[in-house]
Amino acid sequence: MTNFTINGRAVWVQSPADAPLLWVIRDELRLTGTKFGCGIGFCGACTVHVDGRATRSCITPLVAVAGANVTTIEGLHPEGRHPLQEAWRELQVPQCGYCQPGQIMQAATLLKDYPNPSDRDIDAVMAGSVCRCMTYPRIRKAIKVASARMRGGETSDSPA
Amino acid sequence: MTRRPDRGHRSIPDLSRREFLVTTIGAAVWLGYAGSGLATPGAPALGGLFEPTIWYGIDAQGTITVNVIRAEMGQHVGTALARIVADELEADWTKVRVVTVDSDPKWGEMVTGGSWSVWQSFPVLSRAGAAGRMALIEEGAKILGVRRETCTARDGVVKADGKSIAYGDIVARGTLRRTFTSAELQAIPIKAPSERRLIGRDTLALDIPTKLDGTGRYGIDAFVEGMVYARPKVPPTRYDSKVISIDDSAAKGVAGYLKSLALEDPSGTVPGWVMVYAESFVAASKAAELVRVEWSPGPAATISEADVQKRAAELIADSTGGSLLVDDPGVDQVLAEAKHKIERTYTTATVMHVALEPVNALAYEKDGVFEIHTGNQWQTLILPVLAKALGCSQDTIVLRSYLLGGGFGRRLAGDYAVGAALAAKALGRPVKMVCTRPDDMRFDCPRSPSTQVVRIAWAEDGHVTAMDHQAAAGWPTGVMNPAFMPKGVNGVPYDPFASSGADHWYTVGAQRVRVLRNDLAERTFRPGWLRSVGAGWTSWAVESAIDEAAHEASVDPVEFRLRMLDGAGRNAGSPPSAVGGARRQAAVLARLAEKIGWGRTTLPKDVGIGVATTFGQERAMPTWTACAARVRVDRASGRVTVEKLTLVVDAGTIIHPDGAQAQVEGAALWGLSMALREGTEFVNGQPKDTNLDTYALLRMGDVPEMEIELVQSTEAPVGLGEPATTVVPPAIANAIFAATGARVRHTPIRKEAVLQALERET
Repeated sequence: MTNFTINGRAVWVQSPADAPLLWVIRDELRLTGTKFGCGIGFCGACTVHVDGRATRSCITPLVAVAGANVTTIEGLHPEGRHPLQEAWRELQVPQCGYCQPGQIMQAATLLKDYPNPSDRDIDAVMAGSVCRCMTYPRIRKAIKVASARMRGGETSDSPA
Repeated sequence: MTRRPDRGHRSIPDLSRREFLVTTIGAAVWLGYAGSGLATPGAPALGGLFEPTIWYGIDAQGTITVNVIRAEMGQHVGTALARIVADELEADWTKVRVVTVDSDPKWGEMVTGGSWSVWQSFPVLSRAGAAGRMALIEEGAKILGVRRETCTARDGVVKADGKSIAYGDIVARGTLRRTFTSAELQAIPIKAPSERRLIGRDTLALDIPTKLDGTGRYGIDAFVEGMVYARPKVPPTRYDSKVISIDDSAAKGVAGYLKSLALEDPSGTVPGWVMVYAESFVAASKAAELVRVEWSPGPAATISEADVQKRAAELIADSTGGSLLVDDPGVDQVLAEAKHKIERTYTTATVMHVALEPVNALAYEKDGVFEIHTGNQWQTLILPVLAKALGCSQDTIVLRSYLLGGGFGRRLAGDYAVGAALAAKALGRPVKMVCTRPDDMRFDCPRSPSTQVVRIAWAEDGHVTAMDHQAAAGWPTGVMNPAFMPKGVNGVPYDPFASSGADHWYTVGAQRVRVLRNDLAERTFRPGWLRSVGAGWTSWAVESAIDEAAHEASVDPVEFRLRMLDGAGRNAGSPPSAVGGARRQAAVLARLAEKIGWGRTTLPKDVGIGVATTFGQERAMPTWTACAARVRVDRASGRVTVEKLTLVVDAGTIIHPDGAQAQVEGAALWGLSMALREGTEFVNGQPKDTNLDTYALLRMGDVPEMEIELVQSTEAPVGLGEPATTVVPPAIANAIFAATGARVRHTPIRKEAVLQALERET
């Protein structure tokens, strides 16, 4: 048994210690917003936050998050209204949508590290997140919109 | 579609042919999304339900539920189709919801591909909406005690003489029983474009909210109590592998491992598959790595990409085979006698789908019905295959619909559902089969590599006198749905999805288009439909060759094209969807040239602009598309950087402008990805690249500046999901030539090829 906190809730899970966190989240905890894409950390669809850092859950063994705080897309904001989610909605970013939880989770830590990211910052940090529908131009725009709002204090209720 | 082999894809399928369900009160079956959260299917409200056609219903609260038979895979198709209904119905958009339906024979052909959805559904859904409006006005007039002619309908309300009644209140009376025969529906006029209130105006896509908070449900999220997990051991060849032995002794130490079984597949879809079962996916995946299977792999295990391309070249060299799409007299004579001519060979590599959601399906039998929960683009194609595989009749199988984590044509082939269904049947329990990324890529139905030879002749003044285009590739439709192939002018069937695009709208004098089926490709892998299908490679050859001819003839490449887009003869165009013909293609190219200041800009050294123009995919549904690529070439490394893509697209009436824009963005960037990044090769019967560590595709930093213009039009709406893919690779190659004088003739365009081409120039 391994314990950690997910979206503010303490859990004990039975999966083996070497099970990838992704499948523990999806199959044991039944939070399916976090997606499986490549299994080797090259697509970013499985991105979650572990103690606030963007982490590829498909290559993170369960044992590595013992006692940690894990946040998934379901826990990014209680009503799904993180400034990034709002910007994503306004700019109609998703197409198939499969990668978008990972994109949003990655972008959330991008904005922590670079509150006003340049295009190069976005290129560098988002390079690991594949969008097969190629919504990249809209992702870039939405990050900038969210960044401007967060810096302008238009939204102050973001727990992430 | 197999029932219309002669007309095939060439005409708008008559979805309204069958008798529509008539009004049923309180007895409608509300088939809903199996839980994607797109909409909550519910029981019909008390007080009645008005269902003038099978395509939508209105309840006593005035809620309109539109039944969508198309897969939601990123195109926001439910929104576009619901807008078509709602506009004619004069509905209150805030009361419209969408249900993506499960498979049922009553829906007719269920396919989401070819960029057909809006094009095929517009005539049917607009008339269905208009029918409902007429019925509601008639009933509303009776209730209000006014003459029908004095009534209008707007925003879900019938009004006349200062009185009004809402649609829901009409339905609540339970007296509205208007029925429409298919003949009546055919005769129903739709509104003039000037009367449209939703079509052509932006709205928020209905599928987006659940894609932002993790609640959207994809096939991989499907769950049923008591299910176990399975991962396949994908055999070393697509068709020929036979299981000799299975040794699972090492897997027995994995907690939760159940067993491994070789699947028996009467349909021949997943030959040689061994399914590894466990109580969790983690265990199934780990056990699959430990299970040792010995196969006899068969002859394909020695075939590689070069063999396949060599076979293509042989087929082209033999003038006797193939299907002729165009066969004007005199082609060989004009070419033989021409003083000015080129002959060029263009090739494209194998391209993988890599839909980000690896293929998967949940399958189980319940009360005599086989339920298959998965994302799928062509339910009516795979149902008979599933029936054969399971040894049951189609009416005991249902495909439940989910969001698709990418389609791009991969999920037109429902082969993965066969593996899952057989796995469940063999175990006698609900089974959720999930492929890992390498499983998914090894089992992909990739875009076939292609080889094409193009010959063009022109007169002293630069006008083209003959064009011969020969294209060889594996044919997806030949493998997966041969009855769907139309016949060429020589009576030989051809795969439009490996050919269209070569039959372009240029007037080129004597023209021949010959397409050849690469049998060796088809023995090695299962060729698939991949975004923009055959036009993805035929356009590469046409638009590269035309550009080469223009430069050889010393005519400006835009001018060269415009002269040939004269709308003469077979290129005049005709209703319903190709009104204006080549002249509309000329218009988008001219507009593009104007937009980018073609010929009027000075560019830095090693920077060039190239253009390309296509009609999208099919002559019966042309999406007139023109693209300019501005690229920078680094002569030292051969690296090509695309700085800007500009596109002008005429797709007729645009239903959902922002959704249309998004489709062009995505399609164009797919074109860029295939031009510069994507490609693999078969090595001994297997794709060389099986994950994203080596299979390169476009990422954030590769995205250029983009400018997209959609032409304002009231012509028939056509398709938008794929056309922009076709123009980008040739525009880039033409830009590389403009920048450096070096010509590349293979995609993906690798640095090494650019360096070689530069060397040839110097």
